[in-house]
Amino acid sequence: MSNRVINLLVPIISIILGLLVGAVVMLFSGYNPINGYIALWNGVFEDSYAIGETIRQISPYILAGLAVAFAFRTGLFNIGVEGQLIVGWFAAAYVGVTFELPAIIHIPFALLAAAAAGALWGLVPGLLKAKFGVHEVIVTIMMNYIALHSVNALIKTVSGGNYKTDPIKETASLRSEFLANLTDFSTLHYGILVALAMVVVMWFILEKTKTGFELKSVGFNDHASQYAGMNVNKNIVLSMVISGAFAGLGGAMEALGTFGYMATLAGFTGIGFDGIAVALLGANTPLGVIFGASLFGSLKYGAGNMPNAAGIPIEIVSIVIALIIFFVASGYIIRVGLQRMNKKKGAK
Amino acid sequence: MSKRKLGLALSLVLAAGTILGACGADKGKEKGTPSTSGKDKAAFSVAMVTDIGGVDDKSFNQSAWAGVEKYGKKNNLEKADGGYDYLESVGEADYNPNLNKLVRRDFDLVFGIGHMMESSVKEVAEQKPDTKFAIVDAVVESPNVASIMFKEQEGSFLAGVAAARMTKSNKIGFVGGMTLPVIERFEAGFIAGVAAVNPDIKVDIQYTEAFNKAELGKAAANRMYSSGVDIIFHAAGGTGNGVFSEAKERKKADPNAYVWVIGVDSDQYAEGKIDNNNITMTSMLKRVDIAVENVSDLANDDKFPGGKTTTYGIAEDGIALADSHGVIPDDILAEIDDYSKKIAAGEIVVPEFPAKKK
Repeated sequence: MSNRVINLLVPIISIILGLLVGAVVMLFSGYNPINGYIALWNGVFEDSYAIGETIRQISPYILAGLAVAFAFRTGLFNIGVEGQLIVGWFAAAYVGVTFELPAIIHIPFALLAAAAAGALWGLVPGLLKAKFGVHEVIVTIMMNYIALHSVNALIKTVSGGNYKTDPIKETASLRSEFLANLTDFSTLHYGILVALAMVVVMWFILEKTKTGFELKSVGFNDHASQYAGMNVNKNIVLSMVISGAFAGLGGAMEALGTFGYMATLAGFTGIGFDGIAVALLGANTPLGVIFGASLFGSLKYGAGNMPNAAGIPIEIVSIVIALIIFFVASGYIIRVGLQRMNKKKGAK
Repeated sequence: MSKRKLGLALSLVLAAGTILGACGADKGKEKGTPSTSGKDKAAFSVAMVTDIGGVDDKSFNQSAWAGVEKYGKKNNLEKADGGYDYLESVGEADYNPNLNKLVRRDFDLVFGIGHMMESSVKEVAEQKPDTKFAIVDAVVESPNVASIMFKEQEGSFLAGVAAARMTKSNKIGFVGGMTLPVIERFEAGFIAGVAAVNPDIKVDIQYTEAFNKAELGKAAANRMYSSGVDIIFHAAGGTGNGVFSEAKERKKADPNAYVWVIGVDSDQYAEGKIDNNNITMTSMLKRVDIAVENVSDLANDDKFPGGKTTTYGIAEDGIALADSHGVIPDDILAEIDDYSKKIAAGEIVVPEFPAKKK
């Protein structure tokens, strides 16, 4: 087998393995795996509504994935995407509710506010890391809790005691009649375009600018970068700020698109944490993040159809989906296995 | 009551049209009446979307599902398309898609369970005017939506009377889920009930701001019991399960401990069982099942209360106290019954809002 064949075989085998193990789990729990997978497939592709909802689900995943991937390229673990996303969600909702502006200004303004809020939430761990060497993992995790509970309190304050903000003004909404009609009233919104634009932005920063080169260089080896005359601390802060901005935009997707408001959260949304897996699945590259987010978003939304169409309880569905992702992520094992097999054949 | 009806879907569509045309006129109540119309038609298929508590929350959603099941079995329907079914929501983002999925499966009547689904039901109902919707615990003003509300304050008043008569420490606790108008009705009624018996009793109030976090309920209960509270009334859905586990732990450590929980929504007697004891004093029954079954019956009888708000209280059998299984002595039960009759007759009007706020 040539390397090319192996490269092609690895993802295929890992997905098949994931599906097989998932099928075993369904069989043992007394459900029909074939019906289950048909329901999963239909949940993603059955009609324009399902496709619309799937794309809607993918948009925040792309941005969360970008946020994690970007920080990772500078050698930073941004576990705080969840919190940055929450403050971004609130900022976008607040701007969407409070201001009266024409759509052409209102939407960019709300998006900028979300990005700025997320960036601010990324700035704090960035500064602490750069100035005092405080590990960003600890700070970002704690910032998640601060974000969650401060935003919950803020929602109450701005809404006069209600558990959710007022709906955003029509002019700030990313939803459109056109998309709603196209997808039979799904909640699909133009956020996917924002997400894809950010993919290009990340690629451009990393690959086409001097700053991007420095950021990556710090990621590879911060001592060498310092020796080469780069300002490592500045790059750490910058990386966290840009990462936070991506995450904040992810929150704007929820505020301006999916929901059109923000309700107090009883717990984390999980999008930020899933973003870590999305980024790693996509090997921390902009293009890879699109694939990672598509896989995550499709499985996540499509899974909702398994209880609906195949009667499989939601708990079993969660296990099956986790298994599929697990096998996709552990493609390396399969690669090693294939190479071994290859060698044995060669020895004979 | 009503028997299985077979027949043409056409007449059903016609009937739906007449109802849609006729609704939105007055705000009166309709009570469930057995089918008297001679029309032959297939029974209404009914489905519901749970909020994030899930269908086995031992409380609100479960009660609603019991109502749907009862309606379905009564009309010889099956748990499938064209019969009855439910979908669980894991997060808030699931509400719209779940409602839509059920509409797509051609259920005639789709219930959204819980206040949190208000905006989703409103949105989907406007997009799908041909399907009937109903929402529990919120008011949605659309011609194809029936809103179901409860007078939680009335049952909570009775729970308050029971707690005030039974307490030994003169300290009573209230654990609420999120600070929503519906939970505040529980709080207001409970406090009024306690005060009606003994205004000197201190009621310790805590909101956990979540319906699905048992650990928060447990922490709140721990704090209350430690401070001398002996009876806790919870109105917190799944969070309340933590109140039960805290009380049970205390009872297990010391079988003579005087700790009680007053359950909510369904009869939570089974939740309170510990060895040979039980720490459930009683439960405030919010008969979501009766309301859900009732609205389904009305829809089946071409009397779907679309665009109207139906409120269930003690007088409508929508609210009551559960059997205390011998915990509450007869004289106190008689007193509770007395209050219950007065409330039903309108002699006592229980406040809807907690006194401190608004």
